[in-house]
Amino acid sequence: MENLVEIRDLRITFAGAIDVVPGLDLNIPAGKTLCLVGESGCGKSVTAKAILQVIDHPGRVSGGSINLRRPDGSVLDIAKEKPTSSVMRQVRGGDIAMIHQEPMSFLSPLYTIGNQISEALMLHRQVSETEARAEGIKMLEEVGMPDPARRYDSYTFQLSGGQRQRAMIAMALINKPRLLIADEPTTALDVTTQANILDLLGELQRETGMVVLFITHDLGVVAEIADEVAVMYLGRIVERAPVKELLENPKHPYTKGLLASMPRLDGDFKAPLKAIPGMVPPPALRPAGCSFHPRCEWARKDMCGHVAVLDTDLGQGHMVACHAYGPQAHKFDRVSRVSEVVSPVQGRARAAGKPLLSIKNLHKHFPIRAGFFHRQVGAVRAVNDISLDVFPGETLGLVGESGCGKSTLGQTLVGLHRADSGAVQFDNVDVRAARGENAKKLRTDIRMVFQDPTGSLNPRMRVRDIIGEVLQVNGNHSRAEIEDKVQDLLARVGLSPDYAERYPHAFSGGQRQRIAIARALASDPKLVIADEAVSALDVSVQTQIINMMKALQAEMGLTYIFVSHDLGVIANISDRVAVMYAGRIVELGETDQIFRNPRHPYTEALLAAIPGRGARKSGPRIRLTGHVPDTSAPLQGCAFADRCPYALEACRRIQPTLKGAAGHLDACIRSDELRMQPVAPKHTTVPA
Amino acid sequence: MGSFMIRRILYAIPALIAVSLISFLVIAIPPGDYVTRLAEMSAAAGDVMPIAEQEALRKAYGLDLPVMVQYWNWISGVVLRGDFGFSFSFNLPVKDVIWPRLGLTIVLSVASLLFIWVVAIPIGIYSAVRRYSAGDYLATFLGFLGLAVPNFLLALAAMYIAFAWFGVNVGGLFSPEYVEAPWSWGRFVDLLGHLWLPMIVLGTAGTASVIRVIRANLLDELHKPYVTAARAKGKGEFALLMKYPVRHALNPFVSGQNDIFVDIVSGGTIVAIVMGLQTTGPLLLDALRTQDMYMASSFILMLSVLVVIGTLLSDLLLAWLDPRIRYQQG
Repeated sequence: MENLVEIRDLRITFAGAIDVVPGLDLNIPAGKTLCLVGESGCGKSVTAKAILQVIDHPGRVSGGSINLRRPDGSVLDIAKEKPTSSVMRQVRGGDIAMIHQEPMSFLSPLYTIGNQISEALMLHRQVSETEARAEGIKMLEEVGMPDPARRYDSYTFQLSGGQRQRAMIAMALINKPRLLIADEPTTALDVTTQANILDLLGELQRETGMVVLFITHDLGVVAEIADEVAVMYLGRIVERAPVKELLENPKHPYTKGLLASMPRLDGDFKAPLKAIPGMVPPPALRPAGCSFHPRCEWARKDMCGHVAVLDTDLGQGHMVACHAYGPQAHKFDRVSRVSEVVSPVQGRARAAGKPLLSIKNLHKHFPIRAGFFHRQVGAVRAVNDISLDVFPGETLGLVGESGCGKSTLGQTLVGLHRADSGAVQFDNVDVRAARGENAKKLRTDIRMVFQDPTGSLNPRMRVRDIIGEVLQVNGNHSRAEIEDKVQDLLARVGLSPDYAERYPHAFSGGQRQRIAIARALASDPKLVIADEAVSALDVSVQTQIINMMKALQAEMGLTYIFVSHDLGVIANISDRVAVMYAGRIVELGETDQIFRNPRHPYTEALLAAIPGRGARKSGPRIRLTGHVPDTSAPLQGCAFADRCPYALEACRRIQPTLKGAAGHLDACIRSDELRMQPVAPKHTTVPA
Repeated sequence: MGSFMIRRILYAIPALIAVSLISFLVIAIPPGDYVTRLAEMSAAAGDVMPIAEQEALRKAYGLDLPVMVQYWNWISGVVLRGDFGFSFSFNLPVKDVIWPRLGLTIVLSVASLLFIWVVAIPIGIYSAVRRYSAGDYLATFLGFLGLAVPNFLLALAAMYIAFAWFGVNVGGLFSPEYVEAPWSWGRFVDLLGHLWLPMIVLGTAGTASVIRVIRANLLDELHKPYVTAARAKGKGEFALLMKYPVRHALNPFVSGQNDIFVDIVSGGTIVAIVMGLQTTGPLLLDALRTQDMYMASSFILMLSVLVVIGTLLSDLLLAWLDPRIRYQQG
């Protein structure tokens, strides 16, 4: 058998009644990386947990088989074993290991990472503490942990996100498992760190021949790492194919939808994205027939809604579960509609005229206190001498790794932080000096949308009060006026007007973000600062929100500052892009200029890190090691010099300034002599 | 860690100063003093204490001095010489009255505390792991019963049962022949023989609340991702439970234990009176009733110091248990 694991008719039931996975067939082939793709709520993680028998109460495996080939050639049906049996304990961590999305919560902060890594070893092999320690340090070294002997005794909170993920990989791999299950291991990481971790997993897979089951919602990551891909929707595999075939020649409308909703970096960045309508229903409300039919544009009333779908083998390992390819295929014309969203970007006024927001030499430093008396010993220069103009009606994208100061800049503009020095002029008002009426006007004119739609909405307030609060607080609006406004806004963001009575917990993540946007728009602002506003959302929902924000911009003449670490999203929504590094802007230009003709090495490295762009390309890849430098250290020369492949001795001496012509500025002293690689121009993962 | 400890200990000093001032003023400022009380008593006995005699007494006791001077005299004695002043009603230095009692109180407190932990923590863990099982409901039921029944009532019932059914004399902490006797092996054994009942009575309510706290904390931790991660490593359920969720659940529990000393020292007063225990509770009550001001102030001071020390200990214990506190505030 070339399959390491064969899952047949697996049924996973929650709370005794609801089938989250209603009968899944999946083979995990030996020696390969299989990607499991789908939106959240499709049952990917719970399937992975079923293979390890670690599903949380009240879920359980209620039927089917999970046949694992053991090293001695015997076959073990995991589904028949008791989760607490000693065989299962050997399998867990020994034959099969798992890494997770959030190393911060999957590693205990109370024990050192070394303790948790060697624990995994000692559970499966008879080794002494000293040997375990030596092995653990060796493993940390293999997964690329800098200074492994010292890090071995570190706690999770002393490590960066990438280092934590490396620690968790070391913990999983220390027993040399034959199957590694990786559940969204890079989703919470910066794009540059993600690239490094994906490289590492790819290398380890090739070296050891270990099987990897990689769970992700990001098709770019799939292109980067998969040999085969299985697309999952509501607990079923709807399409399965080798990676190239699946990405270039997708069959199932769900796969096509996922691909179409992904921001593209070939062709026209700003081509409107096509979202899959609706969202994944909860398993209890699984539609009859083909579960995808309510969201499917091909669906035929006469069959999709009630006839169960069978798998169709298209040859060459390509399987699809869709009526349009089954015995009744002739009834479907299989034509995809083009997105109806008209791109509002076309014909918009270019950056010209008088800026709406003008920032001059803005500084925001956070004091660092240390020592016995908590004296200030330094400052984190989160925003360090930033000058920037934002013009009416445009979208300015703000990108950079976490810790580069992009969120602090946004928060300082909206007044959440008090700037230390510099000038901010908004629509003829000096923001830093504004008091009284002017301050009130600023609070209604500049509004913010936050990343986490759960945390940013007060759970004890009704939607009406959440949206209308800004009107109650600022200015005198009658109850009826506010009510009208709330109704109007709910309609604008695509929510039913009667939702005004409800509380935030009644909504999905995407709907909550719509409410958050409605709240931001309630006071008819001129400028909206969106801080990672779509980062926490699933791809298809993310696309819905992006399209909606674009449409609202066209309708209401809004100006956006869009903060994100996702370059695809930035390319799609922005007119101009500012790349930030260590509290400074290192490159600023129109979207096309930044992506097609980057001038700063940092921009080049960010572009190279976008997953799926450099996939399986021969030749050296540009990878950033390390992370954004500690902005508290006194800095001389270019902050990026330590990570820059082009750095000269001069770079460490001369502080580069932002310079350039035709609205394309960069802060690199070598930008005139270097030619940077743009984002891969033709080969991309996403065919039309 | 060293810096954290030192800073934490230094923070306690202003708190102690404030606490000592307040405990003195609370007793000294209200009108009337011990002499007034003496005069009332003579009046009640049909005698009249002449004003001059009252004034002389006040002068002798130093009660005619300004309040702040009295405070200074008292607190400097406490800090510099361990002299807590003079108890008017016992006609003895306060320290000679308090210390023997305080020793017994501490023995009883520590015993109750250990009783609470030994009984409540395992039951709390069991209740959380087997949530909604018959055992959990039973523990919950008994727990609420323990919380709801007043201590002194439990004390009366326990004494009655012990006396009527088992014929044991359980009043006090010693049998009559040992009450005034110096320490000896026999006296110690006698103490142990008497200690268990007040220990259980005083511990019952504490046990109930600790079971609830441990259960609630642990329920929060049992389904945390790191538990899944440890299970996925192949760790056995019991070892896993003890190493991860229980250890995590102890942190909020420890930080809630800061006032446990006070609860036991002062909270046991009624039980101590009912059971005739020679602890500090009844003494404090007497001192307050007779306006024996140095005695009362010293008591309140000691209780407050216990709060401060308890908080300090629980903070240090927490820092020891939780590396996040150790490394991030050090």
